[in-house]
Amino acid sequence: MERMRYLPLTSSDRAEMLSVIGAGSVDDLFVDVPEAARLSGPIEGLPNHASELAVERHMTALARKNMVAGDVPFFLGCGAYRHHVPASVDHLIQRGEFLTAYTPYQPEIAQGTLQMLFEFQTQVARLLGTDVANASMYDGSTACWEAIGMARRITKKSKAILSSGLHPHYVSVAKTMAKYTGDTLETGRPVLTAETDLDQMIAAIDGDTSCVVVQYPDILGRIADLTPLAEACHAKKALLIAVVTEPVALGAIRAPGEMDADIVVGEGQSLGVGLQFGGPYVGLMGCKDKYIRQMPGRFCGETVDADGKRGFVLTLSTREQHIRREKATSNICTNSGLCALAFSIHMTLLGEAGLRRMAGINHANACRAADRLAKVPGVKLVNGVFFNEFTLDLGREARPIVRTLAERGVLAGVSLGRLYPGEDALANGLVVAVTETVTAEDIETLAKALEEVLA
Amino acid sequence: MTINQSGWKPTSPEAKDGDVPATFTGNRALMLEEALIFEIGDSETTGVDFAEGDVAGSRLGDLSRKSAIGLPGLSEPETVRHYTRLSRQNYAIDLGLFPLGSCTMKHNPRLNEKMARLPGFSDVHPLQPVDTVQGALEVIHQLAHWLVTLTGMTSVAMSPKAGAHGELCGILAIKAALEKRGEGHRKVILVPESAHGTNPATAAFAGFSVENIPAAAEGRVDTGALKARLGPDVAGVMITNPNTCGLFERDLKDISDAVHAAGGYVYCDGANFNAIVGRVRPGDLGVDAMHINLHKTFSTPHGGGGPGSGPVVFSEALTPFAPLPFVEKTGEGFRLVEEENADDHHADSFGRMVAFHGQMGMFTRALTYILSHGADGLRQVAEDAVLNANYILRSLENTLDAPFAKSGPCMHEAIFSDEGLAEGFSTIDVAKALIDEGFHPMTMYFPLVVHGAMLVEPTETESKAALDQFIGALASVAERAKAGDPSLKTAPHFAPRARLDETLAARKPVLVWKDKAA
Repeated sequence: MERMRYLPLTSSDRAEMLSVIGAGSVDDLFVDVPEAARLSGPIEGLPNHASELAVERHMTALARKNMVAGDVPFFLGCGAYRHHVPASVDHLIQRGEFLTAYTPYQPEIAQGTLQMLFEFQTQVARLLGTDVANASMYDGSTACWEAIGMARRITKKSKAILSSGLHPHYVSVAKTMAKYTGDTLETGRPVLTAETDLDQMIAAIDGDTSCVVVQYPDILGRIADLTPLAEACHAKKALLIAVVTEPVALGAIRAPGEMDADIVVGEGQSLGVGLQFGGPYVGLMGCKDKYIRQMPGRFCGETVDADGKRGFVLTLSTREQHIRREKATSNICTNSGLCALAFSIHMTLLGEAGLRRMAGINHANACRAADRLAKVPGVKLVNGVFFNEFTLDLGREARPIVRTLAERGVLAGVSLGRLYPGEDALANGLVVAVTETVTAEDIETLAKALEEVLA
Repeated sequence: MTINQSGWKPTSPEAKDGDVPATFTGNRALMLEEALIFEIGDSETTGVDFAEGDVAGSRLGDLSRKSAIGLPGLSEPETVRHYTRLSRQNYAIDLGLFPLGSCTMKHNPRLNEKMARLPGFSDVHPLQPVDTVQGALEVIHQLAHWLVTLTGMTSVAMSPKAGAHGELCGILAIKAALEKRGEGHRKVILVPESAHGTNPATAAFAGFSVENIPAAAEGRVDTGALKARLGPDVAGVMITNPNTCGLFERDLKDISDAVHAAGGYVYCDGANFNAIVGRVRPGDLGVDAMHINLHKTFSTPHGGGGPGSGPVVFSEALTPFAPLPFVEKTGEGFRLVEEENADDHHADSFGRMVAFHGQMGMFTRALTYILSHGADGLRQVAEDAVLNANYILRSLENTLDAPFAKSGPCMHEAIFSDEGLAEGFSTIDVAKALIDEGFHPMTMYFPLVVHGAMLVEPTETESKAALDQFIGALASVAERAKAGDPSLKTAPHFAPRARLDETLAARKPVLVWKDKAA
């Protein structure tokens, strides 16, 4: 192959460079590879290089095999939400200086990323109601587990109580990790009622409890005042960890930090990031000031340069793996920088007024949808209170109905059978999310389709 | 001193403030200072218009937010300007050579970005019925096939979110395999001292104790020391190949055989796979698990520190323990194997690592890149990456101390030390002076086994002209450092900021903005 479009060297460059090196051929540079492991040519059975046009054709054909959320009435949530992202967000994150930069380890030439992270941390802390926030985590589920580990280090106790309203994938991740760290996790399945499991959790806290993990709003869309739970935790020297999978909610309802949660984690995907079939997303993590040295992940901090000008650097890195190695607070290296940027830009565009307006529209749309769908014969609204997501009891197994509705071009929501397979008590549940992207016609289409399918 | 031929003013690295008048704004032409959003925005302004109308909500119980959040807003033009100005204070691959060793900062093709934004990939929910996401599952399946084939392994776990998360995935699979064999008492993971910090951190996170294995003088693992430490308490080794000194671990197959014979497993840190892709399959070297940083070898953008993506390939021995979920091809199409349907044939999986299915947006980019290069192009990637690094090594070995220059060719990165610099001068002074020359510095002080290490990884996407300019600049800076040029100690002089006070930042952490007027 003489040239491929991403490879600038020419054959004569290569020859000239080999002569500087003093090697006869490029094979001589691979002399340390044992002969038995050297491949003599391109791996067989794989295609060779292709033009931009050919690759675009291939990928576009694959993309067409998916049902696009924006093409149909769409009501899925449960940890990933479809919101309108202003066009300028995607334009700005594609600037090469953001897109193709590395982690800002050389702060003199990374002030753009660093200042953005400082702004992001402040936005996140204010939204979650915490004193501080870090520069982002992989996603909500991994941030949730990291918070449980953090609570263990702070309280020196290792029994965590996980709300039955916590996203089942988040529970699964914690269970996987706990097998290896020795943490004990108490978990349960949610019940299709209007009340959350707040009282049961309060009753379960004892002197061995390191933390209680509660999702707000929870997996069924229910919300409850966390203040009594925080009090009960603190009375037993346990921490309250609140998990927010829909940050837009915090434009309408009180922040967990305001209700005295010690650590608040979240999934930031709703703002700026998009659905993307599940990733990459952006984990949010904030806590009280006194716990920052036990927090995992990167922090950006303010400082001054040699000329006295304000500047920003990555800081408190003595918690991190590249300094502390096996004694680090976590093995995390990468954060989710570009998604954090998208989140931050979207938040800047919204501002306080925009976020509150957006949250208000979400809630109003959800109320409208809940009222309409509850009128479908055989359907009951489970929730008393909710933000933009609620659960319906269809009176019949929801999972096949979701499939049938998808065949009719309506993506109706997430069936609890998908999230809790084999749990008969939950099988009739359908979780419906209604954001600002849903129209009155969409709601009517869903209601009519549901009426027909259930009839 | 060099003379600027086109003007009256002499320019030199020392010329700075004082020679030119300060500006009213603090700006310097294209170098624009930018305030924080909290200083320029306010709570009333918004850059997003929503539909008019009443939005009174009624189902929030007594949880309506009463207090202000404290979020400033900007109009769209102000927002675009704010972030555009910030972006210009960043160095990036798009601006120039980014020789950050071990990080593989290669060109990020824009076709990848375009494909990831096709609505069929970007606007699809992870919990849609699988019949409606067959194309997304097929992308995962195709990429998985490439990764398994390129590495000569049996299977791949696609869900890990980044390299260190991939390491954790591999280590958890090893732990699960040991427990299945009833050998959970094997608690020791051996890690060469030249390893990335994530390796020992990962092993410790999973409950193993970490023991360091020294490097031999030539820069490779001390095979004798490693073999001598093997025994019934050793769970496995974590080894980086090519290693962080830029050398191929010649004895890896021999080491793998010894580790297997002693009942352990071999984890390979695949951060440096770019050096060998298409030329060597780690599976042929006896590796049991290896993560692949899609954001390194397969060109997905680093984005200022993520998101990454770290799929892990497994040998036959570890495949049964791989995490959920994964994609499987059936007669009717593609299906997701998750908790509910795993039991029948994947009961030994160690479980789920993330919500949903991994970094889909990175999968589409990586697959686009892989299809663009093809099998022949990827092989050429490794060859050019290695050729470029050796060209730098040999062009500079008489200027800078190159501790392993006699160990043979390097792989895709060249390593130098600070030996021979003037008294009181170190790697950081060279690095900061390179900033003034218009380059991102190399990786500094890593690996720890080389004093004042400078780890240079040019990647294959640099032209010879770009390499020659970099070599000239590094040689020039090195000569100044050897001569003890005091201006290096205060470099960079031409960056948006001079050296920043990191001690102050850590001693009195200011992590969020607070209104000083309040």
